[in-house]
Amino acid sequence: MEAKFPGYRLLPYLLIFPSVAVIAVFLVVPFVQAVHQSFYRTSPFGTTTRFVGWDNYAQIFSTPEYVRSLLTTLGFAGLVIVGGLSVSLGIAILVTRRIRGLGFYQVAFIWTYALSPAVAGMIWALLFDPAVGLGTYVIQLISGYRINMMVQGTAALLIAATAAAWNMLGYNICFFIAGLQNVPKEFEEAARVDGAGVWKTFWQVTFPMISPTTAFLLFVNMVYAFFQVFGLIDVMTQGGPGGATEILVYKLYRDAFIRLRGNFASAQSVVLFVLVAAAALFQLRVATRKAVYSR
Amino acid sequence: MSFRVRRRVLYKIGIHTTLILTLLAVAFPLYFALVMATLSHQDAYAFPPKLLPGREFWTNVTEVWHRVNLGRLMLNSTVVAVAVTVGKIVLSILAAFAFTHFRFRGRLLLFPLSMITQMLPLPVRIVPAYGLMASFGWLNTYYALIIPYLASTTGLLLFRQFFLTVPDELPDAARVDGAGPLRYLVSVLLPLSKTNIAALFVIEFVYMWNEYLWPLIVTTDPHMRVAQIGLKMMITSERTAAEWNIIMAGAVLIMLPPLVVLVAMRRQFAQGIAMQSTK
Repeated sequence: MEAKFPGYRLLPYLLIFPSVAVIAVFLVVPFVQAVHQSFYRTSPFGTTTRFVGWDNYAQIFSTPEYVRSLLTTLGFAGLVIVGGLSVSLGIAILVTRRIRGLGFYQVAFIWTYALSPAVAGMIWALLFDPAVGLGTYVIQLISGYRINMMVQGTAALLIAATAAAWNMLGYNICFFIAGLQNVPKEFEEAARVDGAGVWKTFWQVTFPMISPTTAFLLFVNMVYAFFQVFGLIDVMTQGGPGGATEILVYKLYRDAFIRLRGNFASAQSVVLFVLVAAAALFQLRVATRKAVYSR
Repeated sequence: MSFRVRRRVLYKIGIHTTLILTLLAVAFPLYFALVMATLSHQDAYAFPPKLLPGREFWTNVTEVWHRVNLGRLMLNSTVVAVAVTVGKIVLSILAAFAFTHFRFRGRLLLFPLSMITQMLPLPVRIVPAYGLMASFGWLNTYYALIIPYLASTTGLLLFRQFFLTVPDELPDAARVDGAGPLRYLVSVLLPLSKTNIAALFVIEFVYMWNEYLWPLIVTTDPHMRVAQIGLKMMITSERTAAEWNIIMAGAVLIMLPPLVVLVAMRRQFAQGIAMQSTK
């Protein structure tokens, strides 16, 4: 790229300075400190700090609650990501089937995106309130079984995951619609002419073409299911009953700010970082592969 | 009507029916919440639950407004969300301008910066970030709620993408006319970026209004709490009594601002999404 305004040496640095400063001071420095803290332990009254090597990490993986929280998170995120993305993709496919009212459906589905995870959690907590919830009532009517998310762990986890997937529907549908609209119609038509059925055409032509969108949404939904869902868990279950919905970010919050075990919490932060970084790199790989397809 | 035409019509009716039914299913939880917000205490306790709205919406709103000082919470959320949104737009336009209009070594930072912000969400740095706020004396201030959020890679990449599509003739003409880069940015590039600015406004306003974990830990003073935390205050104090009609009246008020922004600017938002997904 050529400089459109040659001769300005200092100006571009001044222009990026505010962004770089914010990222450095509030993102990079605290993260580096978190890594540092994860190798130390401070005594309960904060009087002494000593180097403990990998001890905090050893403690993480030898604590049954942490391992359980990790498995809960993976199960929860799996439900939210797989369930939410497949429903959204299904809806987006129907909306982009050359029918009228695309604009209407786009708006009609997108609004869940404006709801915060906490509001979504609140709505679903009401829906499955053990005493007055409509969901509770309907399930009792159909199966004769009265579910109670305040005492049944599996029910709580399933309801929380449904609420979270529901919350992300609008966002996912919007992105899938945009992705599907970018697929040139000629490709699908060529496949159809060659005798491929609807199903085969979708999986072998359309789906690979929207893989950058899918990869992007996988990452966004993972970040959502791992982290942003905090507010939803906090108003719905507070990690309960009996730790059944205590996902990693909730456990981290409790260890850091309720139990005040900062070093142990920082080690948990670093573990979370490894997970996010792996996912981000995966997304980047798939996204940059797009160049091959678009040629 | 020929067989093929009839089949085509049936096919379309089938798709619309499926979509409408799905839509009703997706909207139903919200409908139920809205109904609850209008019920009297007695009706809110009914089981099986009431499915048609009552007449107590304003009573419930007044009640929750005073109970958790919702006016103040909404004001705080508005200040914070608007400040962060505007700040992010300004900062990302400046940075994107630098990355697309100048040759300088700092350009190498573009890729690392965008990766860093993706890889460092709040939970991976939460304890030291809190410590930083405490050492700055920023706990229970707007500073803590605004400044750490100001950098935005979403915005940076969105504007960069757009600036790259602007034909070279524009900056060249500006240069010939004797306009400097900042003058060109303000009077040529900005007016062209309206749609992108609007799209980013929606994305960031919704995001910031809905933030929960950071406001929860950096504010303890009830006057500095944001609306999302008001939800928590309502439910933890009222959960045992399950005053769902009051809680839902509050939830309706709290969800309204981002909903209004999204619906009002949905076109620009959809265009922004289309741009993002082709980057």
